[in-house]
Amino acid sequence: MTNTIADLETSDLILVTGSNTTENHPVLSTFMKRAALKGKKIYVVDPRRIKLVDLAEKWLRPNPGTDIAWINGLMHVIIKEDLHDKAFIEARTENFDAVKDVVASYTPEHVADITGIAAEDIIALARAFAKAPAAAICYCMGITQHTCGTDNVKSLANLSMLCGHLGKPGGGVNPLRGQNNVQGACDMGGLPNVFPAYQAVTSDQARQSYEKAWNVTDMSAKPGLPVTEMIEKAHAGEFKSMYVIGENPMVTDPDLNHAKKALANLEFLVVQDIFETETTAMADVVLPSFCWAEKDGTFSNTERRVQRVRKAVNAPEGVRPDWDIICDIARRMGYDMQYENSHEVYKEICSVTPSYRGITWERIDNIGIHWPCPDESHPGTPILHTTQFTRGKGLFHAIEHQSPAEQVSDDYPFVLTTGRVLYHYHSRTMTKRTEGLNQMSPECFVEISKTDAKKLGLNTGALVNVSSRRGKISAKLQVSHKAVEGTVFIPFHFARAAANKLTNAKLDPTAKIPELKVCAINIEPAA
Amino acid sequence: MDQNTITINGHAYNFDPGQTILEIAQQNNIDIPNLCHLKGTRATGACRICIVEIEESWGKKLVSSCSAPAKNGMVVHTESPEIVKYRKIYIGLMLDSGNHNCDIGSAADESWTDFQIAAMENDQKEELCPVWGDCELQALAYRYQVKGRVSGRHREPLVLPVEDDNSFIYRDMSRCILCGRCVAACNEVQVNQAIDFGFRGTNGKIIAGTGTTLRNSSCVFCGECVQVCPVGALVEKKNLGKGRPWETETIRTTCPYCGVGCQQLLHIQDNTIMKITGVEDAEPNLGRLCVKGRYGFDFVGSQDRLTTPLIKKEGKQVPASWDEALDLVAKKFVEIRDQHGADTMGVLTSARTSNEDNYIAQKFTRAVLKTNNIDHCARL
Repeated sequence: MTNTIADLETSDLILVTGSNTTENHPVLSTFMKRAALKGKKIYVVDPRRIKLVDLAEKWLRPNPGTDIAWINGLMHVIIKEDLHDKAFIEARTENFDAVKDVVASYTPEHVADITGIAAEDIIALARAFAKAPAAAICYCMGITQHTCGTDNVKSLANLSMLCGHLGKPGGGVNPLRGQNNVQGACDMGGLPNVFPAYQAVTSDQARQSYEKAWNVTDMSAKPGLPVTEMIEKAHAGEFKSMYVIGENPMVTDPDLNHAKKALANLEFLVVQDIFETETTAMADVVLPSFCWAEKDGTFSNTERRVQRVRKAVNAPEGVRPDWDIICDIARRMGYDMQYENSHEVYKEICSVTPSYRGITWERIDNIGIHWPCPDESHPGTPILHTTQFTRGKGLFHAIEHQSPAEQVSDDYPFVLTTGRVLYHYHSRTMTKRTEGLNQMSPECFVEISKTDAKKLGLNTGALVNVSSRRGKISAKLQVSHKAVEGTVFIPFHFARAAANKLTNAKLDPTAKIPELKVCAINIEPAA
Repeated sequence: MDQNTITINGHAYNFDPGQTILEIAQQNNIDIPNLCHLKGTRATGACRICIVEIEESWGKKLVSSCSAPAKNGMVVHTESPEIVKYRKIYIGLMLDSGNHNCDIGSAADESWTDFQIAAMENDQKEELCPVWGDCELQALAYRYQVKGRVSGRHREPLVLPVEDDNSFIYRDMSRCILCGRCVAACNEVQVNQAIDFGFRGTNGKIIAGTGTTLRNSSCVFCGECVQVCPVGALVEKKNLGKGRPWETETIRTTCPYCGVGCQQLLHIQDNTIMKITGVEDAEPNLGRLCVKGRYGFDFVGSQDRLTTPLIKKEGKQVPASWDEALDLVAKKFVEIRDQHGADTMGVLTSARTSNEDNYIAQKFTRAVLKTNNIDHCARL
């Protein structure tokens, strides 16, 4: 997030898109809902009529995979009506004219044709967004899990810059990060192309400084493969080993039948986890590790706030901390990697991660600090880009609408979109152990509109077979007012009816994120 | 502009316009007892316990400090004999109004009210209130030495069944004092709009939906209402009868579920998490949690935890020692790196583990395996 969570309550307008916030970020949604109670406006742009719509000024319903079009449409109206922030554009950005040229053809009527959103709704949101003193954009996987995910995000950045809503309280472009430490895993360099704090592995200077810090030579200057491409290579037999730590790709990856073949193709698979999972079942070696309540350390949240995690209970006998297991393997491979405890590890992190340098455990004992925080006297950075962007000037990107990789057809007439429910988390490895959570959400379901259910001649509770070009699952129908005709939703939590057997593994060319939010499916009554 | 000043119990304090007397007192560590006040919500003035005395030119007046805005030059007293007299009456009325059987030891010379007996019979409970010793009303009754039965009135016994059809919240409206904190928490803090005041007069009670159970209402079991309930009307079901506050140790940590990073207090007894509460006033969540953060902790102590390394032998995973397992891993990694090259190897680190674990995982990948093939589930 460019801004903070608490900051949302001060926004005059919040544009929520591709985020089912009340279910996926329930506590963050309380700040949005409190803003609504105070009379601030929420606009939801989402294929589903999510709960947050109850408190929203307006719900705009785009056809899945048409986000660039409606965002360009908003920009078209804003520029046409001269509502853009010319001073901000002049002083803080570049390449505005290219965007202006591209959006010129995105008239509200044209956008309505592509997205299904009424032209007058595009105009009304454009005016409200541009005129709001501070408008925040919040988005989540509904924006990113598309073959044009990167372009979707850039489009939102364009929109925010166009109205000068960046770098100030109540504004910003705010990705809501779905996992407790997904921010930290990225910050720490758990990515194929960057060292900690996003320093490129291709940079000789960065690589040399890490070689020195880690006392090694000959580190690779070649960017690595993202997980989605590792799976491809494994499927092709060109990848030999994987070491999977605390993940269950056999439920969460797209096109599971394909992913399973890929993992089975590996010569050696090591999986480190707290429970047996669909992925540990395939492993050559399984290593048991500490869970969250047994660890000392830090997580970095979606607003870049580094916070303490503290050991509350003793781990079961026989298990070890993740970092300690990895270090032990390293030593057995001849590299001296030894730390007294996780605090020692953290001190090393600070010494080699410029944005974390000033964030000591002592300083965050009571309240976390937002990176970047270059030194111990620095208060941290709750709001990014207040005076300039990381690259200097904010760069506008001229982007055209692109259709999703897979379209509906006679054989597969419905669009499937996937996501989470409030009561479960990812592959349920953790949440399925709590009886009450299972009671509230016991099994997979196929959320469908009343109209579509009628067409199928089925009602809530009917068992259906759902198939795509890649796989097939069975689950019960749930007729819901959240669903719009032609689009169904299935949560991806349940291994027994894994939605990811259906999903498309087609990737965004830049971020390599799969298009989990759009694929074509068919629904039939289970015989 | 001149500084605004208020005098409380003989000491002068500065304040910002718009602050209530209670807010100024709390800011300056002056204790004014209260049962209905909830930070960040509209004052209801429902319990009347926070009354204070204000000196006026014509004499004294009593006001609820939670709803009375401070004025420049105001002179306030918080524990005058007059205040204490009224507080005792209010506390007594509340004790009389429900099934507050913590009063059991002092009932030697008086009989229980019909209402209390009926309520106890109704819920088939003979044990003490589940929050005995951890109840704000009981603490006030003790502080002001109130034994109840001040009114002499007898309410018609209400049929208030204990609500027990969900796994998280034990809801016993016979112990409710109608302070309204849960209503404010649900409607103004979490904004789930599942519960509200229902009915009128002596029939008044807190209702879910249009008078159904929490499970059948729009309740999402965030548990905020339990966290703010001052009495035993709303209690955690998971640790009912266990994990008394003086038996537990609290450890502050960060929630393991989504990316919001809510600050939690883990209440620990005998190496077991008894319950989880939000850390009041701490950013980013300001005390709020969701159903997973508050109740989804059973996995920690689960019998299903992996406790030994496993090695696949002849197609079957069998238990192995750490030495055996890690030697095998190291040997295979070296072999594959030498035979096929480091770029045929990959590591998936995790958005679920700590920064420290992630840092070590990428350092291992880059410095030991000598590849940049490291990634995690950020895209999924």
